[in-house]
Amino acid sequence: MRKGIYIRGSLILLTVILAFIFFLPNTPLFSYMPDWWKKNMPNKGIVLGLDLRGGSHLIFEVDIKRAREITVERIGMHLQSLLEKKGIKATVKAEREKITVQPVNDEVKKLIKENYPDLSFSEQGGYLFCEIPEEAFKRVETTSVEQAIEVIRNRIDQLGVAEPTIHRQGENEIVIQLPGVKDPKKALEIIGKTAQLEFKLLDEETPLWKELPSLIRAGEEEAFLNQWKNKIPEGDEIVFQRIVNKETGEVYKRPYIVKKDVLLTGDLLAEAHVSIDQRFNEPYVSLRFNDAGAKIFEEITGKYVKRRLAIILDGNLYSAPVIQEKIEGGNAQISGNFTLEEAKDLAIVLRAGALPAPVNLIQNVTVGPTLGRDSIEAGKTAVIIAAVFVALFMIIYYRLSGVIADFALILNIILLIGALAALNATLTLPGIAGIALAVGMAVDSNVLMFERIREELRLGKTPKAAIESGYKKAFWTIFDSHVTTLITAAVLFHFGSGPIKGFAVTLSLGVSINLFTALIGTKTVFDFIYIGKERRSLSI
Amino acid sequence: MIQILGKTNIDFLGKKYITLGLSCLMIILGIFAILQIYTGKANLGVDFAGGVSLQVRFSQPVTLSEVRAVIDKAGIKDADIQDLPTEKKILIKLKKQQEGAQDEVEKALKENLADKEPLIESITSIGPKIGERTKRDALLAIVAATVGILLYIAIRFRFHFSIGATAATFHDVMAVLGIFYLLDKEINLIFISALLAIAGYSLTDTVVVFDRIRENLGKVAKGTMTLESLMNKSINEVLSRTIITSLTTFMAATALFFFGGEVLHDFAFAMMIGIVIGTYSSIFVASPIVFLLGKNSLLKR
Repeated sequence: MRKGIYIRGSLILLTVILAFIFFLPNTPLFSYMPDWWKKNMPNKGIVLGLDLRGGSHLIFEVDIKRAREITVERIGMHLQSLLEKKGIKATVKAEREKITVQPVNDEVKKLIKENYPDLSFSEQGGYLFCEIPEEAFKRVETTSVEQAIEVIRNRIDQLGVAEPTIHRQGENEIVIQLPGVKDPKKALEIIGKTAQLEFKLLDEETPLWKELPSLIRAGEEEAFLNQWKNKIPEGDEIVFQRIVNKETGEVYKRPYIVKKDVLLTGDLLAEAHVSIDQRFNEPYVSLRFNDAGAKIFEEITGKYVKRRLAIILDGNLYSAPVIQEKIEGGNAQISGNFTLEEAKDLAIVLRAGALPAPVNLIQNVTVGPTLGRDSIEAGKTAVIIAAVFVALFMIIYYRLSGVIADFALILNIILLIGALAALNATLTLPGIAGIALAVGMAVDSNVLMFERIREELRLGKTPKAAIESGYKKAFWTIFDSHVTTLITAAVLFHFGSGPIKGFAVTLSLGVSINLFTALIGTKTVFDFIYIGKERRSLSI
Repeated sequence: MIQILGKTNIDFLGKKYITLGLSCLMIILGIFAILQIYTGKANLGVDFAGGVSLQVRFSQPVTLSEVRAVIDKAGIKDADIQDLPTEKKILIKLKKQQEGAQDEVEKALKENLADKEPLIESITSIGPKIGERTKRDALLAIVAATVGILLYIAIRFRFHFSIGATAATFHDVMAVLGIFYLLDKEINLIFISALLAIAGYSLTDTVVVFDRIRENLGKVAKGTMTLESLMNKSINEVLSRTIITSLTTFMAATALFFFGGEVLHDFAFAMMIGIVIGTYSSIFVASPIVFLLGKNSLLKR
């Protein structure tokens, strides 16, 4: 019997030592450890959740519909240029996931088939309708989301957030966690910006300019577009320039009529950085295109000298300078009433590249660092007070046995923290609540056994016999009650998100460890005190 | 030894129709609360309803009316302003996830209450799609937990017990939900996890009582005792354990309530109610149901 006690005793000691080793990285002591320890021993510990550490948990949804439209538009544009190069006169229209070509002839068909063998055709009334097969669209969707993740990762790297996590969720959602992010608002703006840079030509020939109002109020764009939709010439569109009255802060929009054709996009950028205009002391973003981009830029500027080139970013026209002469070398600049901060952010997103399709923020949970710190303090206090109250109660009620139960309680807390550290689990605020509740429930197993032992004693059994049969009879009750709690915890883990998962983890670990501490921990102490020498009374 | 209760001999099952009737009322209240939740009339957290919630901290105490005046003046519509346990903190909820709305709130507060140094401590902004998904997940979680429990108890005990335990657990969840609704407390994801924790706790309690009933069923010779007195005896035997465990868990929940900070305040409150109701239900709901279902079959083995 004694030998059994020593084995159990050393098992308990071993688990406690392991718990301390795993938890060490969370204590200031870890920094004093030798290097070999830091490298080879557990060095991560418990990870704090965003609700305790402060930070942002964001979910973006990639606009899949727009991604499909963009694909169709790209193919349309490419076909148009192919036809032009071959000298075939035909017009290509890309609208709502469909490409329409007119007129229909063998030459056109052959060209399309050679370049896009996947497209399916149908002919009607002199128009050729080309459709993209659904599998191709699905591929587009997947690559759009993957590309978006890449671009967002690049942007976040430039923001300098430590340990961000970015991953895909479901079909078209991107989950981003930014622990300890300093300026969440700026992060949101930079991540969410599509940054689609486009160069388009102003349509200066249309007489409509005379009718066009020079400014409209912000928010009235949609009504304005509806009103003008049918008036503007075929192949043109209206874009707005955002104008802020510097004195009143009011926002206005200035409409422009531009050609729909995109002459050049930001894909071909090699570099973007902020410069300051010496004359007006105003910041602007200077761009440099890569070789392919520079060639196209040279071509455009050569072809459209004295015309106005609109520089449009995410649908907003920034400036529309007149092309003075052919520009070689691929240098351009975007100016337009930026603050220095805005110009810097713009340069970041342009450098990191455009998102393949717009993204919408569908969830933002941001916790400031002060709240996180307060929460940790409050959580710690609550757990300590809970433990002290419960411990005192047990000693008052069960005397020496209460002390033994408290030993199990402390063991339970130590092992729970050790297990969380060993699993590198994320501790959240509800997780701390789980620890506090586990403290309350931890003594339950002991209460069950003690009450059982008391009953046995009342029946006139000796302490030794009472302990033995008390443990035996209480075992299955304890087991059943623990399993039921584990079932609910498992459900919470499966269906819950971030913080709730944390609760499920601490609760289920707490309950499982409790089984160990109550059945092995306290029993060992009891055995040590009562079994060796037969005592006449039991302090319970 | 100290005893809260000596050897008791209370006739728990004697009042079974009264207690079961009371419990039916609680369940009806809970179902009413669920209907209100689905029609959007309950105080739903943004994690379910969608929208924006901002927790603001001030350097000095503020009143709700003060903040409301500022928000109204700024022309921000559909804003719901709520108190938090700390008088220097308030919660502002906006119904829709609107771009820029939170900036407007921040601006209005900073301009009008500058002397109290408002600081936005946390932002939760949830789109309608996520809200719907969270609602669905919460519902699924409750269903899955119920089924899991039903199965486990059915395997470990006889079927009567399984019904009794599930009914009692369902009762607890409904009762706490109903009380939260009556008190106009916010129903959010943390509250749902409190509900599931309560379900787990209540079940533990019920299992302990059932365990004793089962044990005594095996011990008592046929014809020496009625099922009613056997069940009463069993409940009396485990009564001190039930009360002590409820007490210690209640202590832990109370510590969370007073010291755990505003995020856990309502969670702890739900747990406190839940512990009381869960303890009540294992004695006054679960056991009477087992009795009614098994009065003709349980003793005849």
